[in-house]
Amino acid sequence: MVRDTPARGGNQLAYYVLLALRSFRRNRMLTALMVLTIALGIGTSMTTLTVMHVLSGNPIPQKSAQLFRVRMNVFPDHHFHASDDTPDNFTRRDVETLLHDARADRQAAMSAGSLVVISAQGDPLNLEARYTGADFFPMFDVPMRYGHAWSRDDDASRARVAVISSELNEQLFGGKDSVGQTLQVGNQSLRVVGVLGDWDMNPRFYDLSNNQFGDSEQVFMPLSTEMDMKLSTSGNTNCWDNTSNMQAADAPCLWLQYWVELDSAAKVSAYRQYLGNYIALQQHAGRFSHPGEIELQDVMQWLDFKGVVPSDVRLQMWLALGFLGICLLNTVGLLLAKFLRRSSELGVRRALGASRRAIFMQCLVEAGVVGLAGGVFGLALAGIGIVLVRHQPTNYSAYIHMDLRMLLATFALALASSLLAGLLPAWRAMNVAPAVAIKSN
Amino acid sequence: MHFRHILSALARHRIAVCLLVLEIAFSCAVVCNALFLIGARLERMHRPSGADESHIVQVHVRSVAATSPEATMAQTRTDLAALRAIPDVANVSVVNQTLFGGSFNGSGVSLSDAPKAPSVTVTQYFGNQQLADTMGLKLAEGRWFNPDEFVSDEQLEGEGATVPVIISRALAQHFFPGQSAVGKVIYAFGTNRVVGVVDTLVQPRDYGAAEFYEYAMLFPVNLSYAEGTYLLRVRDASQRDAVIRDAIHALKTDGPLRLLSPKDATTLEAAREKYYRNDRAMAWLLVGVCLLLLVVTAVGIVGLTSFWVAQRRRQIGIRRAIGATRGDILRYFQTENFLIATFGIVLGMMLAYGLNLLLMLHYELGRLPGWYFPVGAVILWIIGQLAVFGPALRASNVPPVVATRA
Repeated sequence: MVRDTPARGGNQLAYYVLLALRSFRRNRMLTALMVLTIALGIGTSMTTLTVMHVLSGNPIPQKSAQLFRVRMNVFPDHHFHASDDTPDNFTRRDVETLLHDARADRQAAMSAGSLVVISAQGDPLNLEARYTGADFFPMFDVPMRYGHAWSRDDDASRARVAVISSELNEQLFGGKDSVGQTLQVGNQSLRVVGVLGDWDMNPRFYDLSNNQFGDSEQVFMPLSTEMDMKLSTSGNTNCWDNTSNMQAADAPCLWLQYWVELDSAAKVSAYRQYLGNYIALQQHAGRFSHPGEIELQDVMQWLDFKGVVPSDVRLQMWLALGFLGICLLNTVGLLLAKFLRRSSELGVRRALGASRRAIFMQCLVEAGVVGLAGGVFGLALAGIGIVLVRHQPTNYSAYIHMDLRMLLATFALALASSLLAGLLPAWRAMNVAPAVAIKSN
Repeated sequence: MHFRHILSALARHRIAVCLLVLEIAFSCAVVCNALFLIGARLERMHRPSGADESHIVQVHVRSVAATSPEATMAQTRTDLAALRAIPDVANVSVVNQTLFGGSFNGSGVSLSDAPKAPSVTVTQYFGNQQLADTMGLKLAEGRWFNPDEFVSDEQLEGEGATVPVIISRALAQHFFPGQSAVGKVIYAFGTNRVVGVVDTLVQPRDYGAAEFYEYAMLFPVNLSYAEGTYLLRVRDASQRDAVIRDAIHALKTDGPLRLLSPKDATTLEAAREKYYRNDRAMAWLLVGVCLLLLVVTAVGIVGLTSFWVAQRRRQIGIRRAIGATRGDILRYFQTENFLIATFGIVLGMMLAYGLNLLLMLHYELGRLPGWYFPVGAVILWIIGQLAVFGPALRASNVPPVVATRA
């Protein structure tokens, strides 16, 4: 016989949990169905929320508000369309002026490219390269394992130097300190001055035009050296006139990305002012007459602007949340059936003096226990879901993992949703009239 | 049937009925839209490219040390001869960009040479005289290029060039609706007269609005291997892997040291497979969600109907005692479920329509075609009937003697 008042008031919760477990044993099938539906809902939601969480993460939290992608519209008038976005890239001419003025704390122009390097064994290797300036490394907090980055003087003198990734160092030089070694690029050679430490920027915010997710480049070298050696670049190039050499000093082509570091709001507005003056000067010189729009976006604004989270992933998340909603609706129905089936038991409890509040709490605790059980199984399902996502051939799949925050969020979501689902059934159960319930048995 | 009795019985369980109706409605709305999304993905994945995809392989070679343009061109001729000599190779060419490849090569094209004329970005294929045959393109109108029309890259982009062009049928209809494009002039590289129209030729990868996918141009340009990729058409599709092996071998033995990684040599079908892998993954995910949804809905129906059956054991016993057959009881619960499902489906149709409008707002998606509604309805009716069968059977097995027990 159920004794209605718990032994000690403080153990009320434990008592309700005990009652809940007893009720589960009596109704194994219904309980299992409820746990299963919640687990399915939580499992799919947490899988997609984890993907969202990783993809919309901040790749460089310590500096994301101080690094700015600069864009401006320098199209000649006959190629200017007011409705078009400000282009992402710069011409060589503009970049060289901005770099020369050096009005930001740090600045780096860059482009992606690829090199063919001959290994010591004589095999040609195709390597991903980044052509940039000396400021790149301190700007983006790039760690060095051996040696150091090249200097601004190296940029100015077009020094034949390179920094290589630790994987390439492993591949070419067996992981030893390779500073001073050379890379054979065609008929020319580059001297290794540094080897990167572990540097994992995902999403690769500094250049989203090629691969938004993936390893960093294998070779870094001065942009000025690259232009001297006439290597090949990759990424978006937009030329408004035919040209034989898009890298030429005056080529009418947008192909260089430009980043600046500005560590205070005052510097940001001063830099905006400077860019405005630059545009005014160009207009004055007759280069174009349109307003020459300027955009200065920090890392998170830039990621948002480029839509780094694929629309499919957003759709998947909404789909999973919708699915969770339907699972909850289902749980409401099942809980209702479960509680009302026990009308007579609840009636007895009411008759023995349990308040409506107590019945309500008892039912909610039961719903919460179901939710937590659903959360445990849901976590297991989310684990399977994440393994499935990681096996998908998308470019981001390798970076999807569950962290502690998402783990806790799983249980919070499971508990919150089951309590929400329990509200209506618990309210119905507490309104059971004791006399009718007992008599009908 | 006794609809009226069923309705009055349902009215006593308003909350539970509402929950079931809502669950079926939401399932119906999501399933309809998910099926539509799956259909859209499948349609996208099966867009024809115009090339004879099952018979094409491609090999990309990169030079290691820079050589003079003349030497590179001479090497290209040597390579083409060596590739053509491979058994089972029907034709060989060099193309500037490959279907489903990583790059998109295009130009702004307009119908006037005025500087401010409106232009469309159209993708451009450059290749020698073998290109059209190697790709297996079909001529719809006009002619192929004459041998004397082939030029170099510099000549095409030079001042005042007048190189002829072949365009895709979709582009022809865009520029010259209702008339023949052959003989007309477009402005891409200087002045380009259209000499032919091909049935289908598409962008190497999606760029710009969906209707631009089939806009493409073909220019008569002799390229060196350094500026493009070798395309080989194979006579027998089953020999593709052998041809790739032979091609790599031939290119490795007949020239200077060059970069030839195995991943740069694939069949066009493999390239298509890779290009659409995200779409395929998304389609399977949607299929999975639909199945899970239907399972969860069925679970809800089983749970609530079981509850009703348990609650109504005495009433069922009484009905049996006054002459209802087991079939009557079974049909009662089946009809009840049919009614609930119908309410759910009607509400679900409206939700499906609303959800579609919401999706159209945020994603590039068309209007849900009408025939998805009956499909969704039938699926949910079937699920409902399957789910209710077990509990209804249990109800029909309640013996009449239950009526006598109080």
